[in-house]
Amino acid sequence: MAIKFLNAILAIIGGIGGAMILFWILNKLAEATGRKWEDRIKPYAFAGPAILAIAVYLIYPAVQTIQYSFANADSTGYVGFQNYIDLLTANDFLAVLFNNLLWIIIVPALTVVLGLGVAVLTDRLNPRGEKLTKTLIFLPMAISMVGAATIWRSIYEFQPTGTPQTGLLNAIAGLFGSGPFAWYQISTLHLNSLLLMVILIWTQVGYSLVLLSSAIKAVPEDTVEAGRIDGAGERRIFFSIIVPQIWGTVITVFITVLIGVMKVFDVVLVTTNGGFNTDVVARRFYFELFSDGNNGYAATIVVLLMVAIIPVLIYQVRHFKAEEAAR
Amino acid sequence: MTSNIQIGTGTPQMPDDNVPAAKLKVSKEGSGQGSASPLVRIFLGLLCVVWVIPVLGLLISSFRTRDAQLSSGWWSAIANPFDATQWTVANYVNALGGGEGGVNMGQAFINSFIVTVPATVIPILIAAFAAYAFTFMEWKGRDVFFVVIVGLLVVPNQVALVPLLKIYSQLGMNNTFPAVWLAHIGFGMPLAIYIFRGYMATLPMAVIESAKIDGASHFTTFWRLIIPMSVPALASFAIFQFLWVWNDLLVALIFLGRGDNTIATVALQGLQGQTGQGRELIPSAGFITIIVPILVFLALQRYFIRGMTSGAVKG
Repeated sequence: MAIKFLNAILAIIGGIGGAMILFWILNKLAEATGRKWEDRIKPYAFAGPAILAIAVYLIYPAVQTIQYSFANADSTGYVGFQNYIDLLTANDFLAVLFNNLLWIIIVPALTVVLGLGVAVLTDRLNPRGEKLTKTLIFLPMAISMVGAATIWRSIYEFQPTGTPQTGLLNAIAGLFGSGPFAWYQISTLHLNSLLLMVILIWTQVGYSLVLLSSAIKAVPEDTVEAGRIDGAGERRIFFSIIVPQIWGTVITVFITVLIGVMKVFDVVLVTTNGGFNTDVVARRFYFELFSDGNNGYAATIVVLLMVAIIPVLIYQVRHFKAEEAAR
Repeated sequence: MTSNIQIGTGTPQMPDDNVPAAKLKVSKEGSGQGSASPLVRIFLGLLCVVWVIPVLGLLISSFRTRDAQLSSGWWSAIANPFDATQWTVANYVNALGGGEGGVNMGQAFINSFIVTVPATVIPILIAAFAAYAFTFMEWKGRDVFFVVIVGLLVVPNQVALVPLLKIYSQLGMNNTFPAVWLAHIGFGMPLAIYIFRGYMATLPMAVIESAKIDGASHFTTFWRLIIPMSVPALASFAIFQFLWVWNDLLVALIFLGRGDNTIATVALQGLQGQTGQGRELIPSAGFITIIVPILVFLALQRYFIRGMTSGAVKG
């Protein structure tokens, strides 16, 4: 154990120290080129390592992935569009896409609505109550999806009929004389997928709550007051005065959760491993890459995911440019 | 983001106040601090209970013996908490010591630190230098590069995994710590640069100008002025990255696997399938895995929220 600790500390010092020395050397090199060149070279010395990291770990592999998507399982020969045809005509993969679509339709919207609702209600509590409520609901955000799935075992767990039930949901079902149910195996109406979504929503509502709450607090009191003076009811004030003013934040939360949901992975892997018709794109990607060893399919799935994300990417860049212009 | 949220999409718009004011009428009280009706209070109270119940279940189970865990639900421990025969710390001892369960959470827990700390600190250093160049230096390609970085914020890490796995196995780097460090450094870089640049752009230009006039080099200005002034932004990113790396399953699963170098999330995921011996360790292993991010989060919540409202979430 002691050796492992020592290794850990050495690794940390080595990694951080190495990076520091790298920048020191780059800076010295830039300075050594003399006054005239120094100013031109220095930006690249400063930004270089970061750009290199991005190029090596994101841009180059992304290009390579596109290339692999047109190649066979071990990337030794090109197969044209065969991977795309295989996947997009296979019923099981279409089912995977459909599941992902369900996640995309349900989770971001519910996360926003729940967060917004709770944000409005907590706004009326006294500061201490508000802080406590927010912290409690926000807390799951710190927990890994593996951890969250483990936590939710205490709710969803199933024991065979006749043995004591250890999951709360089955215990409740038992009170009504029904069950026990193996929840994760019930794919009727995608119940199992919905139950998995609950876990993800549980971890995300806090994020939505905190962002939307700070947006609501930033709504100028006089606009609300003006509506009130005009005789608008609470509901009218909320939908016609508050919501339009926090719309930007609503979109931000929605899209952030959306991106997360598009590549939802851990919660499905840990609970059902994609079985019982709960599989999603990122889980299938992991399976193709790691278990099945089919680089062609894995790369194709990633390309499909990237294509789906392009609209978000365009929105993101536009939003950024508009912001820069406003500066 | 937790592990699933990836990236913010720009700064949330703060509302402007040009909504027309209007005619006089009766004002009605109904919202505002402390105005919650009993119904609202009860609802929020219930919601908090619902939110906490699953965690409570895990915590209680983790301290119950195998027999107790299997013979009754965790809630029955609340009904008779003084029945001492059901309580035990053996689950934690076994999970950490790698005893009967066969999963050495103790080792995996340490490995999580070994992976997370360098993967959090190193990108901060590299990204801060880059953000300085993007904010305070004029150079060719600067704006184009930055737009690329903004775009990369939403690109899933999966794009890199197929080629990386191949490259790593050619280099014999699979299942080593540097393989994961480098991957997390690369994946975290766009977000780090984005947050830091956004923050540095708000720093007073005059301070930097006067440092320049006083003859300070960029290097000195960076270390002595910019870094100390940027601490809130650095802290925000540090928390995101720490939580993201600690909570990550995919990257660790692919590049570290289940051997001696495995981390807590992977070890916990491996335990889930247990039905026989070792099953009783799942709750304690779960708690061991989540306790560090929870503590970090509670201690540094302020910075976390500041980072989020500045438009960037990954997790």
